[in-house]
Amino acid sequence: MKRDPGLYDYLPYDGRPKITWPDGARVAFWVAPNIEFYELDPPKNPARTAWARPVPDVLNYSYRDYGNRAGFWRMAEAMDRCGVRGSVSLNVAVCEHHPEVVAACVERGWELYSHGTYNTRYTFGMSEAQERELIQDSIDTIKRVSGQKLDGWLAPALTYTERTLDLVAEMGLTYVCDLFHDDQPGPVKVRKGRLASIPYSLEMNDAIAFNVSSVTPRHYGEIIRRQFDRLYEEGKESGTVMCIPLHPYLIGQPYRLKAFEDALAYIAGHDRVWLATGREIARHFLDNHFDSFVKASIPVGDL
Amino acid sequence: MAISDDYLKYPKRRYGMDHGRYDWSILPKRKPVEWPGKARIALWITVALEWFPLDQQGKPFKPLGSLQTAYPDLRHYTLRDYGNRVGVFRAMKALEKHGIRASAAVNAAVAMRYPSLIERLKEKRWELIGHGLDMDHLHYEGMSGEKDLVSKAVSILGKPRGWLSPARSESAQTPDLLAEAGVEYLCDWVNDDMPYEFKAGDRTLHAMPLSGDIDDAAILLGMHHDEDELLSQLTDQFYLLYEEAATHGGRIMSVTLHPWAIGQPYRIGTLERALAHFMRHPGVWPATGSEILDAWRKQQ
Repeated sequence: MKRDPGLYDYLPYDGRPKITWPDGARVAFWVAPNIEFYELDPPKNPARTAWARPVPDVLNYSYRDYGNRAGFWRMAEAMDRCGVRGSVSLNVAVCEHHPEVVAACVERGWELYSHGTYNTRYTFGMSEAQERELIQDSIDTIKRVSGQKLDGWLAPALTYTERTLDLVAEMGLTYVCDLFHDDQPGPVKVRKGRLASIPYSLEMNDAIAFNVSSVTPRHYGEIIRRQFDRLYEEGKESGTVMCIPLHPYLIGQPYRLKAFEDALAYIAGHDRVWLATGREIARHFLDNHFDSFVKASIPVGDL
Repeated sequence: MAISDDYLKYPKRRYGMDHGRYDWSILPKRKPVEWPGKARIALWITVALEWFPLDQQGKPFKPLGSLQTAYPDLRHYTLRDYGNRVGVFRAMKALEKHGIRASAAVNAAVAMRYPSLIERLKEKRWELIGHGLDMDHLHYEGMSGEKDLVSKAVSILGKPRGWLSPARSESAQTPDLLAEAGVEYLCDWVNDDMPYEFKAGDRTLHAMPLSGDIDDAAILLGMHHDEDELLSQLTDQFYLLYEEAATHGGRIMSVTLHPWAIGQPYRIGTLERALAHFMRHPGVWPATGSEILDAWRKQQ
């Protein structure tokens, strides 16, 4: 095991090369709905149990199923009303189980990127060949259902091997959402290719806010505003990124939706915000800022 | 540890669900439902009447509200039993003020121990829903004697039409055993806002959308939110469903209550305020689970 993941050098927030976003925007803002399928009785991975309760975990399984049956549709309409596109972190098996959900995303012009095959199949312990097969499945499935080239990766259920990001870059993806070390994009050190880390934020993630931190629905709207206000202010100096990762089974609950929609409308109502997708942010960063960020990065000292 | 190549095989990767209990269905694409009196909201209040035994074993897990200290945990035992002695009567009064009849999800142990309480509920024409034997007899895969447990709970309660498993925990057979015992609807699955057909062997049950989130104990004790926040969540839930009903047909506002939680003197006012808020709106039909299911089935 490594003591440092070796994925990035040190680049202090203070004094970095300046990021400029299209049309003078201060914040590149993106919304990342996680559209997921959790299996009722998945095969076991020795590193992680799928369900908190014994199988069948009816409560937790059905809670997640709510997202596809009910929550997604409400969430998508709220995003439509705010003029915000989604960048879908997709368990690609949803393309077979619930093609209507995926079609509703594609029709809206949303980006599809990968969140693995199922949220109950973990990468922990996979061989390189197995992990390549997992990534290739996503590349092929997303191409088939949408015509889109797969650009982004958020590891299924945030499970990894040491080589995950190397493989993702080698197989032609341009960005990853798995690193939480920054509020701006940054280069990822991979064995081959150019890969950008795009801020995704666990702090703004509804699953962390509601399921882990027990944040109230109205306060969730409030912390979204506070996060945005600060990044908008700092974005005068150099462009920042704000992401709201969502789970339709949580944000699509009737008692939670309006506070979120109000916060989303607040953000979309600002002049200097770039309502972007993950792919667009990554492309802009790779084309304009990646090299200067690599150059300015400082190798980490040895212990 | 190495992963077998089977881990990347997906035999159930197909259209619809990965099990045969119900069909995949999209809520906003269904035919709109019309409630009696053209109501927009069917207001379904469910009061859980629970008994946590003093010698609780907690198999295979301890549900919310369980005993916590070393034996004998008089503190949590009595705090939960408070609901059956005191709290439920406060909730009853609050509901009665608006002429609301609730569905009571009753542990069979409560019916055996406090028959006068059950008589009282019957007088008030509340619906009784099966809620297992007690809060220490959960249904789970690999348990023994589930068939007997179901038939005992069902017969003590007098053949209830509805069922809520304690802690919403089921074995793979629970729905089949319930259907065999004559149960018509199941409240355990939290994947929908409306009823839907649920397969149980060669029988058909219906799933009813008893809320897991809009639940006093889940919000107050699970999330540690306060009473004012509980009121906000109740009214925000109502607001959105009421709006949605204008374009998508009748909706169900389900509120799950635990008298040991909401029935405390400092909390009951929150329920009173929430009920007054709901009932101020035109087009609110307070109904029991069975009444809602019957109205829904007539239109399918």
